[in-house]
Amino acid sequence: MLEVTGLHVAYGGIQAVRSITFHVNEGETVALIGANGAGKTSTLKAISRVLDAVGGDVHFCGEKISRIAPHHVIRKGIALVPEGRGVFPRLSVVENLRMGAFVRDDKAAIEQDLAMVFDYFPRLRERESQLAGTLSGGEQQMLAIGRALMSRPKLLLLDEPSMGLAPIMVQKIFEVVRAVAAKGMTILLIEQNAKLALESSQRGYVMESGEITLHGESAQLLGDPKVRAAYLGE
Amino acid sequence: MDIFLQQIVNGLVQGSIYALVALGYTMVYGIMGLINFAHGEVVMIGTLVTITVAGSLIKAGMPVALAGLAGLSASVLVCMALGWGLERIAYRPLRNAPRLTPLITAIGMSIVLQNLAMMIWGRNYLTFPALLPKINFEVAGAHFTFIQVVIVLVSAATMGGLLALIYRTKLGMAMRATAQNPAVASLMGVNINRVIAAAFVIGSALGALAGVMVGTYYEIAHYQMGFMLGLKAFTAAVLGGIGNLAGAMLGGLLLGLIEALGAGYIGDLTGGFLGSHYQDIFAFIVLIVVLMFKPSGLFGEKTGDRA
Repeated sequence: MLEVTGLHVAYGGIQAVRSITFHVNEGETVALIGANGAGKTSTLKAISRVLDAVGGDVHFCGEKISRIAPHHVIRKGIALVPEGRGVFPRLSVVENLRMGAFVRDDKAAIEQDLAMVFDYFPRLRERESQLAGTLSGGEQQMLAIGRALMSRPKLLLLDEPSMGLAPIMVQKIFEVVRAVAAKGMTILLIEQNAKLALESSQRGYVMESGEITLHGESAQLLGDPKVRAAYLGE
Repeated sequence: MDIFLQQIVNGLVQGSIYALVALGYTMVYGIMGLINFAHGEVVMIGTLVTITVAGSLIKAGMPVALAGLAGLSASVLVCMALGWGLERIAYRPLRNAPRLTPLITAIGMSIVLQNLAMMIWGRNYLTFPALLPKINFEVAGAHFTFIQVVIVLVSAATMGGLLALIYRTKLGMAMRATAQNPAVASLMGVNINRVIAAAFVIGSALGALAGVMVGTYYEIAHYQMGFMLGLKAFTAAVLGGIGNLAGAMLGGLLLGLIEALGAGYIGDLTGGFLGSHYQDIFAFIVLIVVLMFKPSGLFGEKTGDRA
């Protein structure tokens, strides 16, 4: 479904991503793990066109999307949950969710999806008319994921959903991520928490200094001594 | 007491005009952090276009009300196009430049527009056609005219319409989202360029309306009239908290009232040393005091909120 070939991202002279190639098949959850600064976020930003790639191609459902305008990415069916959540602090919770459905016109279906998001995250329903800036970090993460789902994406890109959250909150968030995946959503998941990411995915790629150094079945990566030593603290 | 009521009326009228112009500053600032110093000139061009269009239609024998409506429409359309053009030509190429660059460009555009207006309409004061009947009212010792009533009511209705647009429509929601986080708004599918252009176009339409009001009220216009009006409306926007719509409305009304009351009492306060023609100093006293003690204004968000 998503094919990234030879993707190259640089900030000025600094190489963040050096010609990486990977793919995500329809219906699977793929984890992209690696240390801070390995180039994971830059990869997602380049796919979602927040950043211009220096080189390489991104194809989605057979269509080249590496040169389209940033506001067209979501229309192709790709939704990004950005690093640090990126909720609109002075919009209410429900307005944030409606922003997620900005590109849609099917009013009745939008209301259905709103109800679905509130079922995934009952906490958001309680805080429906509260300004998003007043939510806790975990609630903002729920909101950011809910907002991404509101566009009915074919592919969900998650950038560090566990970052800065209490363990109990991380658990809740990942329960929903797995539930969404179980319903057939294709997910590309970026995480520093390698164990959590590999346990929630079918395949994984390991990034180091802007390159992919390892890839394979998630279960197999979890047992790989190199991965265990570098990312699982053993 | 008579003077007090009278100056309240005058202040409300002037304040409504400031508020309309201040909204143009605050909308653009709220979305892209730019102070569009050319906005006062957009208002001036709105006034002058009305003089040309309505004036020549009246001369050609068209009924005054119809000619006035045509003048107003022409002025709104010209100013919307002007606002759109300013953004497209002068500011968009500088979107990622350091903040000082577009600011200086804005001052440059202000000078360009003034000179352009001088070339088209000349250096002399122009008479604004009488578009509304001159009817006087008196309530509790305060005199006011039909024109003043129309200015206050039309401003109030326009501002109500703007609030509905910003808080009740999808475009409005996209504008608020863009103001808060343009990168993420773009991820949601919002075309940032279009939203920024919309802020300029809507602000300019309000400016054109204000321009027609100023012309109707003072019955006179000049290519430099936008400078002082723009500066005062900017002061009103800062007073209310620049970037905040309700702040611009309240700031405009407050500034109008402060000026009117100041002008009404300045003679008494200074023992006759300063007369009411010194009324302009009040706006700038307000600007300096706000910038010194509460730069975020009455309703302003903390600066540093936007990354």
